[in-house]
Amino acid sequence: MNHSPLAAAILFYVGIVPISRTVVTTWGLMAALTAACWIASRGFRVDAGGWQTMIETVVVGIEEQIAGLLNRDAAPFLPLLGTLFIFLVVANLCGILPGVRAPTASIETPAALAAIVFLSVHFYGVRIQGLAGYLKGYLKPNPIMLPFNILTQLTRSFSLAMRLFGNMMSEDLVVGVALALAGLLVPIPFMAFGILVGLVQAYVFSVLAAVYIGGGIGAIEK
Amino acid sequence: MTLQMLSIIGAVVAVAVGSITPALAEGRAITAAMEGIARQPEAAGSLSRTLFVGLAMIETMAIYCLMVALLLLLANPFAR
Repeated sequence: MNHSPLAAAILFYVGIVPISRTVVTTWGLMAALTAACWIASRGFRVDAGGWQTMIETVVVGIEEQIAGLLNRDAAPFLPLLGTLFIFLVVANLCGILPGVRAPTASIETPAALAAIVFLSVHFYGVRIQGLAGYLKGYLKPNPIMLPFNILTQLTRSFSLAMRLFGNMMSEDLVVGVALALAGLLVPIPFMAFGILVGLVQAYVFSVLAAVYIGGGIGAIEK
Repeated sequence: MTLQMLSIIGAVVAVAVGSITPALAEGRAITAAMEGIARQPEAAGSLSRTLFVGLAMIETMAIYCLMVALLLLLANPFAR
């Protein structure tokens, strides 16, 4: 192994800004997802065809999951959490394609997504409970718990990023080790397991984001 | 014993202990969830959702141990 999984592979520079492989892959995924959603949502009709039915199933499924978790109307949270889930599914699974490395397998992408979740907890909390009501949540169940509540906010965002990164990176690593030991056919079960891990991690990341936001708006206990 | 050898042993111990204990913990969590579902099959939906989140939490500990092992092996600041 001549390349540390913790280091970023720099492809080229724009001025002084290094553009890593992760960024290029992420932009490609974003373009593909945006184009697919634009093409798919152009011709929506009341009597849905096959493609539209599939999209509606996915969106309604995500909406029901969020509503079940938060015990309230999912509409304000659907754009963030739905995008997060769909992007993570595509990003985790794109590592299967030859020549593509999953962007979630390097530390930047999970860290950025966890930062988005961290900020959106406060955003939704202030928007739904009001500033005073949201800040009062930090004094529960007891004002002594204030430092621990603040610490919880930071550590759980960190662990959210590390969980996604560790799982996706270790999956790459396991496939790499299997490839180094026996090249032919042996890595395939590991890659199949990697598909499962990618889907489960996308689900877990989205559910945890929903749970954290639910804690921020006071819908569920932390 | 050189510092490199110590780092390798440390990484092996970290991964070994860090996979045994979360495996035991996940087993206990799944057992409890199975018992819960067997007693109350109508609560299977919310139980399995909570189980998934809990398993992810437990698994994070194993991932932390893997991180420590990788840092020891690839980015060890003392064994240069």
